[in-house]
Amino acid sequence: MKWLAGLVVLMRGDAQADRIVPPTGFTARLTVFAAACMAFLAVFALALSMASGRVAANWSEALARSATIRIAAPKTQLDAQTAAVMEVLRTTPGVAEARVLTLQEQADLLEPWLGPGLPIESLPVPRLIELIETAQGVSTDGLRLRLAAEAPGAVLDDHTRWRRPLVKAADRLRLLGWASILLIAGATAAMITLAANAALAANAQVIEVLRLIGARDSYIAGAFMRRFTRRAGLGSILGTGAGVLGIAFLPTETAAESFLTGIGFQGAGWAAPVLIPPLTTIVALLATRAAAFRCLRGLS
Amino acid sequence: MIELDNVAYSYGPDAALLSDLSLKLAPGSFHFLTGPSGAGKTTFLKLCYLELRPTKGRVSVFGQGEGDMSRDQVAAARQRIGVVHQDCRFLDHMSLEENIALPLTVSNRKGGARDLGDLLAWVGLTNQAKQLPPELSGGERQRAALARAVMTSPDVLMADEPTGNVDWDMSLRLLSLLVELNRMGKTVLVATHDMALIRASRQYLTARVLRIQGGRLTLAGADL
Repeated sequence: MKWLAGLVVLMRGDAQADRIVPPTGFTARLTVFAAACMAFLAVFALALSMASGRVAANWSEALARSATIRIAAPKTQLDAQTAAVMEVLRTTPGVAEARVLTLQEQADLLEPWLGPGLPIESLPVPRLIELIETAQGVSTDGLRLRLAAEAPGAVLDDHTRWRRPLVKAADRLRLLGWASILLIAGATAAMITLAANAALAANAQVIEVLRLIGARDSYIAGAFMRRFTRRAGLGSILGTGAGVLGIAFLPTETAAESFLTGIGFQGAGWAAPVLIPPLTTIVALLATRAAAFRCLRGLS
Repeated sequence: MIELDNVAYSYGPDAALLSDLSLKLAPGSFHFLTGPSGAGKTTFLKLCYLELRPTKGRVSVFGQGEGDMSRDQVAAARQRIGVVHQDCRFLDHMSLEENIALPLTVSNRKGGARDLGDLLAWVGLTNQAKQLPPELSGGERQRAALARAVMTSPDVLMADEPTGNVDWDMSLRLLSLLVELNRMGKTVLVATHDMALIRASRQYLTARVLRIQGGRLTLAGADL
């Protein structure tokens, strides 16, 4: 906790010590602006990452517990095979619920591709049975064998084929979100380092005078650290605020549960952006400290 | 206080400036350092307040060898050495009183407004306290530099051509300030090429005059 106390002392500042660095005006505003932009982007990267994580978890959980049985049989055998499949499912361990989708539900499923008002009765579409599994799950190999014996036209689709790439994609997206946050932190550090280096170079004479009258490196570095840390902190608060507002005004999730409308924070997730300003402050502090001490080592 | 033992300094492989310098600045002593322009007077002072490190030999400040000192220890030593630089070296964005109080500020020491006021009055700059350094005349800057150098009541005071930019009256005034500090027990080392100033000091004190010539330090005649 010693470092935290040191941080508080550093940030509380020393009005007199802060005066030793000449005011810069324009570059100060640029630092605040750049930090605000980075924080704004960090909020979106965080929201993206958290939404991807949520989606990956939801898809994984929802799809893992459901399966579909497709019955493609001549019209005369369709009802008999459907009844046979339902009987098989009734006696299969691990099946919590099974139901035949109505024609209207099937039409709804096809609507995005074939449009509304589809005469589904006249189309040779297979019958679909939705199967919800218990927590223990169903032995898919055993069920396939029984279905092949009782209803030759029935095909079990446990969604594994398309579930895996989807969950993998969502996981990758989440990782990309976190990678973006790391890159933003790195870019912030680079930006602060450049700004601090420029300020240190512009004030080389001031620093030299301070060293000659007995200022310790920590005193000189502290004045620059406070200045840049405060600027980055202020910019970060503004950028985070703007980012959170932007996320708050995104369209809410619809029944279609589109991924894009799901980007945002939920519940305790809204607290996550609060961490961005302090983290930015720490990044700025470390970047300025490194730049200042590197510069001071070059002086006697 | 400050001791140089067989010190040499060169700016490059073939640019030796000073060699075989040995000197002990005793507490309470007053030294003049003279020599022609470019002889190395400023370099000599820089070696004494550790702005430069010797290329050979050893400089000890307050009993500590410069090679053994950390950067913080160098800073602490400089807080005990007041320096009046030839070009004064102020922070131009700060007022004169802030500049004078700077050694106190950077060492986190408290100094009363009264001390600062007294010091400004001592160097005759009370009315210029709020002015910025670029607004001051050469003489005022020299006196302000002297005030800053003594703000923390240092043990040693070094002045590099303190009368370089001022008229004779002002030179005498600055000299009297330095003498006054020496009488208060401070060790004083003044680098100057102004022999008239050295001669004028005779009436106030006994000073040792050192001369740098050909890169070596010699005693210039008898003590004044």
